[in-house]
Amino acid sequence: MPLIEVRNLTKTYHLPGGLDVPVLKGVSLEIEKGDLVALMGASGSGKSTLMNILGFLDAPSGGSYRFDGRDVSRLSADERADLRAARIGWVFQSFNLLARTSALQNVLMPLEYHRGRREPRAREVERAKGLLAMLGLEGRMDHTPAQLSGGQQQRVAIARSLVNDPEILFADEPTGNLDSKTTVEILELFRRLNAEKGITIVVVTHDAEVCDYTRRTIHVRDGVVV
Amino acid sequence: MIQILNTALVALKRNVTRSLLTMLGIVIGIAAVITMMEIGNGASRQIASSISNMGSNVIMVRSVAVRRAGVASAAGSGVTLTGADCDAIRENCPSVSAATPKVRGTAVQAIRGPYNCQPGRVDSGSVDVFDVGEWTVEDGAPFTARDVSASATVCVIGKTVAAALFPDGASPVGERIRLNNTIFTVRGLLKEKGANLMGEDQNDMVIVPWTTMRNRLARSGGTASTAGGSASHSRGDRYAASSVALYPSRDATQTANYLMPIRFDNVDSIQCKAVSSDKVDAAMEEIAALLRARHRIAPGAEDDFDLHNMSEMLAALTSTSALMTSLLLIVALISLVVGGVGIMNIMLVSVTERTREIGLRMAVGARARSILVQFLVESLLLCLAGGILGIAAGRACSEVVSAVKGWPVAPSAAAIAMSVAVSATIGVVFGFYPAWRASRLNPIDALRYE
Repeated sequence: MPLIEVRNLTKTYHLPGGLDVPVLKGVSLEIEKGDLVALMGASGSGKSTLMNILGFLDAPSGGSYRFDGRDVSRLSADERADLRAARIGWVFQSFNLLARTSALQNVLMPLEYHRGRREPRAREVERAKGLLAMLGLEGRMDHTPAQLSGGQQQRVAIARSLVNDPEILFADEPTGNLDSKTTVEILELFRRLNAEKGITIVVVTHDAEVCDYTRRTIHVRDGVVV
Repeated sequence: MIQILNTALVALKRNVTRSLLTMLGIVIGIAAVITMMEIGNGASRQIASSISNMGSNVIMVRSVAVRRAGVASAAGSGVTLTGADCDAIRENCPSVSAATPKVRGTAVQAIRGPYNCQPGRVDSGSVDVFDVGEWTVEDGAPFTARDVSASATVCVIGKTVAAALFPDGASPVGERIRLNNTIFTVRGLLKEKGANLMGEDQNDMVIVPWTTMRNRLARSGGTASTAGGSASHSRGDRYAASSVALYPSRDATQTANYLMPIRFDNVDSIQCKAVSSDKVDAAMEEIAALLRARHRIAPGAEDDFDLHNMSEMLAALTSTSALMTSLLLIVALISLVVGGVGIMNIMLVSVTERTREIGLRMAVGARARSILVQFLVESLLLCLAGGILGIAAGRACSEVVSAVKGWPVAPSAAAIAMSVAVSATIGVVFGFYPAWRASRLNPIDALRYE
């Protein structure tokens, strides 16, 4: 059974003035557990909208979405928030770390929203430290984002996305703000996480180079998968 | 819960200066409220204590104004009350523990050898006057019932008068002094008492039996409005008049030394003391019923006397000071509202500034409600911290006022509790809109917000 199974998914934005903008026009795709997928497309192709829906940030207008066998296309905002907290990790192009907050605190932040599934604080801190160490940031745990390089910031963000033990990681243009050397580092990191921990990873990009590091590429053009 | 508090604290600490400046409005508002309340409390407490110093369960009985051919005279101008009324009240009203008649005094010159003074007040009464007026005789003894019935020339004097007449500090008890032209024996010295409500020195005082006042000092027929004794220092009295009288007339000294041939029993007022302050109303009813019966007033006819008690005066005075306090309090509350608007303003700025943080928190699983609670807790913490600082500042401020200006202040637990409640309410009320705005953000747009 695929982890993500999408059938004929549509998304239409209703602009003020009665104008309807169809962004996704019937997308169907499957992503298996443990896959490493690139979601490719030019800007405006609808790839970000598709990822937002797959990652439960947004709700689809039509079609069906089964996540791990469960129909999730008609969930309320709170139910989607709980799913994000429990099963999804997010990595963003612009890192989105909390300013003036240490790397360790940044990594621990998502756990505040783990309603009813909290572990003792010491165990949480232990795990966050373990993740930062795994990503090569042992000596940087008390540094604030301003004291870190772009690549280090993105690694803190990846540690943050892993702290809740997600089944799937969504990365939205994760290398868009990085130079080519760090880009390779981060993409290698994704490969390692995928291989060693079996985490399903979806990387959204418009950069064809990224596709060299993924197992599969899904091309999106004008709101449909080609 | 601890987690939410911690998150809010961390967020506030990230911008300490701004948090402190935001609090300032609340600090000033709460400090103003606390200072106002403490000064107001101090004032009303002082009023209450000076009233009870005067005797809080004292009831005044006065005759009403005389109305003759439609022209009303001053209250007390009628002469309906007598010493016998007072005795009847004392005996027949169970809620009254003491009652004394009063005859209004006139300006009196007190003289002893080369020393003299004019006492601020010459009071009169029966033996009960010490009980009703809460006087304690420190040295010597009060005058007796026999002194009263004999119109004896005895008196009890206050510390100020004693100091003026006995500058060497000797005990005045048993000494003789002159009040106008009459020789009095000093029976006792009153214990010191503070100034009364009108600011008069209560130690500048002479108390004589009311009969003595009636018959020897206030030489007037019916009402006490015309004074006789004090004219005795004019030259004309001391040297013989040019017209030759058939019989040598009495000079002023002789007149004062002889009792008035016609003795009226009427008194200006009667002061009664209820057995306790909650029996004041009962005592007033008993006195009214008794006096109506004694004066043979038909049912339905108007009383020929007036009853007042100190609690009315207390209520009037405290309501004045309470009015002032509440006016100032309203001003202080307005400044609190201004402070609250400041909080709302800064929280709105903070929400806008932290849009991406909100988007991120939502992306990692925060429900709209968690965001709402987080921002509410932040503004609540700001306001509570401001409130606590304000309470400290207000306490300090009123201490300074009492030290510099000498105003009485009374710390009030109610004001402090109220301030905490008010600042928490402000935090919730003015923090709600920004928090609600934050919780309504769309995570996708918030994450992209520049």
